[in-house]
Amino acid sequence: MSVDLEHYLIVGAILFAIGLYLTVAKRNFVGVLMGIEMMFNAVNLTFIAFSRFAESDQPLAGHVFVVFVITVAAAEAATALALAVMVYRTRDTINVDEIDLLKW
Amino acid sequence: MDDTGVVIAFYVLAAMTIGSALAVVVVRNLIHAVVALIGTFAGLAGLYVTLSADFIAITQILIYIGAISILFLFAIVLTPQSGRGNQESFLRFPALALSGLVGAVLIYVAVDTQWNLSDRGDFQETTGTIGELLLDTYVLPFEIASVLLLVAVLGSIILVRPEPAEEDD
Repeated sequence: MSVDLEHYLIVGAILFAIGLYLTVAKRNFVGVLMGIEMMFNAVNLTFIAFSRFAESDQPLAGHVFVVFVITVAAAEAATALALAVMVYRTRDTINVDEIDLLKW
Repeated sequence: MDDTGVVIAFYVLAAMTIGSALAVVVVRNLIHAVVALIGTFAGLAGLYVTLSADFIAITQILIYIGAISILFLFAIVLTPQSGRGNQESFLRFPALALSGLVGAVLIYVAVDTQWNLSDRGDFQETTGTIGELLLDTYVLPFEIASVLLLVAVLGSIILVRPEPAEEDD
């Protein structure tokens, strides 16, 4: 009995699906952002798993890629949460159903 | 990787990760959802340790648990009038179908494909090699990432800063 690549990929797939559900279905903007972060994490897990198990000349390149993903995710989270606070100031809500200025 | 301890650790950590992720979905209070999200991040850090990715595991704890969760909490407490609810919108059932389909397809592909596996074994230590790669092969993306972080920080500050009081200078 051992843990193989497939086990990690399945965990990543389940986590990605949960994150996708949060992103599409949550009513609060912060909940949507939690879903996006969860999808980033699922992708990072698959990167690390492939880096550990797959055949490659430079296996640690996957780790470097994860470092970049974490960087971009941090920048995205900071900007998006700042946007949430700004939308709340102007419209008194961060319910994504009510932020419909572009709807005609 | 025939170690029984690693197998037990994997299943415990995977259960913790996915259980906390499901808790983020079902919990009714947004603050509790952030706490459950921290559980997900911590479980993932443990999974990185079982994959012998020491540097990424520590980075995960520092950045996700230490910084991004606190950022979420700040965003929640800075928007008090909009409530602490964590309800689903009218897209609940389409989202359930979509995420179920995506998850099923990803799991099918992961199980069905013949991956090109290596028998290299665990990494001994990763931090030194990651540092060399970052400053050698990937130095240009590294610089671009630092500029991106600078722009994101400046943009967030400018967005959230309160409107300056009307002054005639």
